[in-house]
Amino acid sequence: MTTPVTPAAPGQVAGPIGVTAPAPGGALPPAAGLPTRGGSISGARAMRRMARAVTSNRKATVGTVLLAFFCLLAAFPQVIAHDNPNAEIYKRFLGVSSRHLFGTTALGQDMFAQVVWGTRPVLLIAFGVGLGATVIAMLVGVAAAYLGGVWDGVLNVITDVLLVIPLFPLLIIIGSYLHGAGTQVMIIVITLTGWSYTARQLRSQALSLRSRDFLEAARVRGERSLYIIVVEIIPTMTSLLVASFLTNALYAVLFSSGLQFIGLGNPNVTSWGTMLYWAENNEAFQVAPLWIIAPGLCIVALGAAFALINYAFDEIGNPALRPLKRTRVKRRG
Amino acid sequence: MRFVLRRVGFFVLTLWIALTLNFFLPRMMPGNPALAVIGKIKGGVSPQALKVLEAQFGVSTHQSIMAQYGRYLADVATFKFGTSLSTEPGASVGRIVLNAIPWTLGLVGITTILAFILGTGIGIVGAWRRGGWLDSLMPPVFVVMSVVPYFWLGLVLILYVGVKLKLLPYFFSFDYTLTPSFTPAFIGNVIEHAILPAFTLLITTIGTWILTMRNNMITTLAEDYVRMARAKGLSSRRIMLDYAARNAVLPNLTGFAMSLGFVLGGAILIEEVFNYQGVGWLLLQAVGNNDYPLMQALFLLITVAVLVAILIADMATAILDPRTRGAQ
Repeated sequence: MTTPVTPAAPGQVAGPIGVTAPAPGGALPPAAGLPTRGGSISGARAMRRMARAVTSNRKATVGTVLLAFFCLLAAFPQVIAHDNPNAEIYKRFLGVSSRHLFGTTALGQDMFAQVVWGTRPVLLIAFGVGLGATVIAMLVGVAAAYLGGVWDGVLNVITDVLLVIPLFPLLIIIGSYLHGAGTQVMIIVITLTGWSYTARQLRSQALSLRSRDFLEAARVRGERSLYIIVVEIIPTMTSLLVASFLTNALYAVLFSSGLQFIGLGNPNVTSWGTMLYWAENNEAFQVAPLWIIAPGLCIVALGAAFALINYAFDEIGNPALRPLKRTRVKRRG
Repeated sequence: MRFVLRRVGFFVLTLWIALTLNFFLPRMMPGNPALAVIGKIKGGVSPQALKVLEAQFGVSTHQSIMAQYGRYLADVATFKFGTSLSTEPGASVGRIVLNAIPWTLGLVGITTILAFILGTGIGIVGAWRRGGWLDSLMPPVFVVMSVVPYFWLGLVLILYVGVKLKLLPYFFSFDYTLTPSFTPAFIGNVIEHAILPAFTLLITTIGTWILTMRNNMITTLAEDYVRMARAKGLSSRRIMLDYAARNAVLPNLTGFAMSLGFVLGGAILIEEVFNYQGVGWLLLQAVGNNDYPLMQALFLLITVAVLVAILIADMATAILDPRTRGAQ
């Protein structure tokens, strides 16, 4: 419900499987039209379309650059920040200076180092949950649609129930029983509770495919169910799967930061959410506003990266949503 | 009729699963977390309350787990939620929760309705004037706004509007020195305290309404009946509101009914940041104090609110939009 672009989802699907102009220069083998290869080729074509989309859509470019920036911070924090983020070695609440770009905390830690080192756990949670939830959703959604009957009924009810139980309160309850959830626990808990929305989408996509000719052809050829699901059905869902990854990663960032902010994360892991937790509990309002501003802006920027890329893919899949002016310019050129 | 039965059946099933989660979660966690709490508070509560608590979490009872489970379900069915361990030791959980509900309903409920009305209106106008400044500005701005964690926005507003400029109060729902009463002065004070949290919620939630409404409108504007209305030479105001918006708003109405269900549990962090003594604030107090009976009751309340809203939304859609009835 919180995804701003839900109604566009069916349009998105049309991307890789619909009638699209073949990529210029992409020498598709003549077998492209044959049902046997249809699935995998539309997958590859989708990937190429995505690469082109990132460079041609401004929202996608901004999002990708932001995401790449944070990946660099997460991969090489020691290169960018020289201090140990947890070392309490400086005076409390030092102001901004060339030695301490963001000043120091109430405990005398270098705040810039904390922000830089805090990137890694957040990104791990985002990617972990994004991948995990997408895989579970894919298995559940496709299995429900393809197997049908009792399986569909049972999987559907599980999905629906998980969909309506309020997630954040549930996470708070689980978090309170766990007493300080570290990065891995966060990933597991958010993944296990958060996959249902995507599963619903993937199921309806798989259902709409069920009577397509290329699947019928595979069945007539005598392929096994597993082969049909993995080779024929899943590649046609590439753009939905990407959207699922991005949405789940975004919610993982927001949920985990919220949980850490109220003290349900492991307070000894340096991450943006725990920084906000310590800031609120140490009179940051009066003395060190940057302690609140800096980690929050990072959460916004990372979240915006995921959201912008996602929205850009929606625009690509559903041309009606594109800004009008751009389309006109394109037509002229 | 079958449709109604199915939805009610789903309601009951989900409620049962939420209850089961409530019961089994503390028992599934590494080391029964209730044990530690009971050890800590042993001297603080009456032996009777302690016994109830032990029964509730399966500590030192001889009952089998299934018997405990049956008893828990029976307790909930008769609205017995036990006694709170933290706020006022020994106070009934039910009463504490009832005191918190009106504050959340007032703050988050009114803000949710405002956000829906404003957001839908802006979405309609934006989609109608495709390519106008509003339309080209909206998507990027609100895509970014929708990822701003609202608790952080609350912190920033406290920082600048509350602490630096001292324009508005940002702590609690009214001034401590006043006694609650229905005088204009007190009500004014309550409203003043609600402005910052309400504003925070409004600008972080309105984007979703604007974007979905805009996208629905764009899809609807391409329909034949809209073209037909244009061909008939109707005024654009009439086409925009009576033809396009009326149909485009349908999916959003369901979303709106659902969001009313999320009122109780949807702004937990806002209440925490502004120390606003509603349901969410209470939940976090309970979490902070390991007050498990209070916690469980609140989670149940929040879940039931959502389930009821979904049930109503389903029924409303079935009544408003005949097409959905057959689709099941």
